[in-house]
Amino acid sequence: MKTPAQPAVILPGEAARWQDYLSLLKPRVMSLVVFTALTGMICAGRAMNPILAAVAILCIAAGAGGSAALNMAYDADIDALMRRTRRRAIPAGRVQAADALALGIVLSLFSVGIMGVAVNWLAAALLAFTILFYAVVYTLWLKRRTPQNIVIGGLAGALPPVVGWAAASGQAPLDAWLLVAIVFFWTPPHFWALSLYTSGDYAEAGVPMMPVVRGAASTRRQILVYSLILAPLGLAPAFTGLGGPVYLAVAAVGGLALVILAARLALSHAGEPAPPLPAGRPEGLYDVRVAARPARDLFVASLVYLFALFAALLVEHTPLIASLGLAPVVGLTT
Amino acid sequence: MSDPNDETAAAARARRGRNLLLATALVAFVVIIFVITIVKLSGNVPAH
Repeated sequence: MKTPAQPAVILPGEAARWQDYLSLLKPRVMSLVVFTALTGMICAGRAMNPILAAVAILCIAAGAGGSAALNMAYDADIDALMRRTRRRAIPAGRVQAADALALGIVLSLFSVGIMGVAVNWLAAALLAFTILFYAVVYTLWLKRRTPQNIVIGGLAGALPPVVGWAAASGQAPLDAWLLVAIVFFWTPPHFWALSLYTSGDYAEAGVPMMPVVRGAASTRRQILVYSLILAPLGLAPAFTGLGGPVYLAVAAVGGLALVILAARLALSHAGEPAPPLPAGRPEGLYDVRVAARPARDLFVASLVYLFALFAALLVEHTPLIASLGLAPVVGLTT
Repeated sequence: MSDPNDETAAAARARRGRNLLLATALVAFVVIIFVITIVKLSGNVPAH
């Protein structure tokens, strides 16, 4: 006699597609990390074996992906509470946190090890520090404890240019740290502008983002202060010889636009509690109320600003453009 | 209620995809180590 077929049991993680594992690496953040690291690598101005250069970029990408997976493994509980993140692979139940942890550890160890063996150990040490800073200092320690989480934690996102520079030259000079400083001071206005129109989510999850803890008015003022520091800092590479005339023009126009948008935001009511929508009309995740538009505008402008600064450096330091005489005077000789 | 047979087929497809990704990653790792070795070794061969 045949026994009746047992209903299939799908174990947790069984239905995970390979794309779910890829999403743990935060590919969009990874692309920004690769872009800034590549800029640092090109700006170092040293001839590098193209295969080893590709390996260095791969290691930086894998390191960024590994630290993102570690972050997702630890933050699954708060990700499940926020609309923006609740469909991620772990809170949605498609991937187990332990698997993400294993993926993060393996990618981190291999990226640092290969960087050290194939490229140099200064770049490997800086990469290891970046991963540890993001996974331990930001994720484990700062994120749930202080509104300064993204200010201090932002260092992890700011370090890739110096990792790239060190990979190409074996050194980490002042110009490389100048690029780090630019990304570091860019981070607070960028993320606080975003959090001004998504702070409800953070409050629900108990993440002490600045608008949740200190209020919208204080956050808007702090955004303006950081923008006022960032704009002149963005000009600095043009005076150290790292940036040329193209960079100077981009940094001047972009910095001015950023300060104007930050001042407009400071004078606005972005982030203040909005009246409820008419009954029956649900609020979309990325719906931006009229009052919050200055915050959205600054968020988008800051992304364009950072991309334009690094793209200008990248363009000026590529050999073809350098041959047209647009390259910085000192940068070519170092 | 969802059909258990569909779920099993979907899980099998997902497993196949994960296995292919893992195989690709392993092959890529071996190729990368091989290429790095060749580049590093050839860098230490003096030019005649």
